[in-house]
Amino acid sequence: MPDPEENWPEANDNAEDEREPDALPLDAWHRGRGARMVEFAGYWMPLQYEGIIAEHLWTRAHAGLFDVSHMGQLTVSGEGAAAALEGLLPGDIAGLAPGRTRYSLLLAEDGGILDDLMVTNRGDHFYLVVNGATKWDDIAHLREHLPDAITLNYLDEHGLLALQGPEAAQALASLGLQPAFEGTPALADLTFLQAAPFYWGEVPLGVSRSGYTGEDGFEISVRASDLVALADALCAHPEVRPIGLGARDSLRLEAGLPLYGHDLSPETDPVSAGLGFAIGKRRRVEGGFPGSDTVLNLLAGRATTVRVGLALEGRQAAREGAKVYAGEQEVGGVTSGGFSPSLNHPIAMAYVAAGHTAPGTALTIDVRGKRLPAKVVPLPFVPHRYHR
Amino acid sequence: MTTYYTKDHEWISVDGASGTVGITDYAQGQLGDITFVELPEAGAAVSKGDAPCVVDSVKAASDVYSPVSGSVTEVNEALADAPELVNTDAEEGGWLFRLTLSDPAELAGLMDRAAYDAFVQGL
Repeated sequence: MPDPEENWPEANDNAEDEREPDALPLDAWHRGRGARMVEFAGYWMPLQYEGIIAEHLWTRAHAGLFDVSHMGQLTVSGEGAAAALEGLLPGDIAGLAPGRTRYSLLLAEDGGILDDLMVTNRGDHFYLVVNGATKWDDIAHLREHLPDAITLNYLDEHGLLALQGPEAAQALASLGLQPAFEGTPALADLTFLQAAPFYWGEVPLGVSRSGYTGEDGFEISVRASDLVALADALCAHPEVRPIGLGARDSLRLEAGLPLYGHDLSPETDPVSAGLGFAIGKRRRVEGGFPGSDTVLNLLAGRATTVRVGLALEGRQAAREGAKVYAGEQEVGGVTSGGFSPSLNHPIAMAYVAAGHTAPGTALTIDVRGKRLPAKVVPLPFVPHRYHR
Repeated sequence: MTTYYTKDHEWISVDGASGTVGITDYAQGQLGDITFVELPEAGAAVSKGDAPCVVDSVKAASDVYSPVSGSVTEVNEALADAPELVNTDAEEGGWLFRLTLSDPAELAGLMDRAAYDAFVQGL
């Protein structure tokens, strides 16, 4: 058998980069907990600890702690920062209230997707979280296109933890976080896509109620020097276990959430990707974002291909790159696929030609010369359980 | 009965002209949770180095190469409902297929247990 890590679809994103991967601040912490480390986005990252299925199911039933310190944390500040960001993103950033977080997209001039990201209004600046594998390109793009009056700062001395699952709120509450300022919300009052600053003792934390598993949970920005202490304190809670990239991928797939570099790319547009919700109402009228003519035309008409969910019969999974057929006609391709631990059968996301995307449509997927029967199903595969 | 090992982490247990093939415990540990095993059909002819089996884990699909040439006589039907047997019992109950060896001389190129253990230590 070949080295299984060569097959790990995420591991080779930086294959052209021969550089030795960098160690993240929790590197020794992961290894000390028995993690199998793989290269991802230029870093050594934990693929799994006890096993992907066990970690996946633990997160759905309890709470999982994910180290996502490879992601890029950026701040954008200065007079007119909201308008400047609106020149690069299709979201209503001017209408994003302080303490609110929104999913958005960095778009190219042709409407292709350069990255997906979270934007938070922190009052005196905007805080962005971008993908690890694309962060250097994103920073270069932002530096090139943001006006000189706008300051872009890369928080390279901060780590990021995601605490996800039905017990996440109870586990984080057990740390006794205090609102950082008079008037900022208490932890228990945060709802989905709200963010606030807190103190954990003397340690400042930026907390948002968000994540990428479909579960309730939090993303916590913390100084790199405080990461080990925070990870230890969270894992001391009996409901919390560390979870690797493998389960992060299967959890987000079940939640129907696209992964950049796989389900999203410069060749995909927000409408085909099913991300029309990321185009603000006002922006639909006013335009003025990269590729807005193209994207708004797609939104008004009909995309020729659409990202859909596919449920497979049997147990054999279809992976990224597998072709999708309606009868003998090729109608699309799988962009993410794997076994769903929660549903106990394989699932996939695919871009499929319009006309073959209605839930219940019977299709087949070519896997190594065999046609696996599959059915179009609504996304998400597993219902979201956000705290709204 | 003698068991031989490959650098690709298959084992073959040979009794006369009959061989039973599986993947090693080390290999299953590397693959992680196994969710599906694609097996050859009885009667299929395989050549040394062919990949008559595919082992699907949560993260990836991996080929299993035949350590020798021969004709498949039997496959492990239990894996259809319980592919996780390859995780829990890789070197016995999680066997994959049996074949009749067409060229037993091919075994000479394989490792014994001590050599395989040393090989894995060096990885």
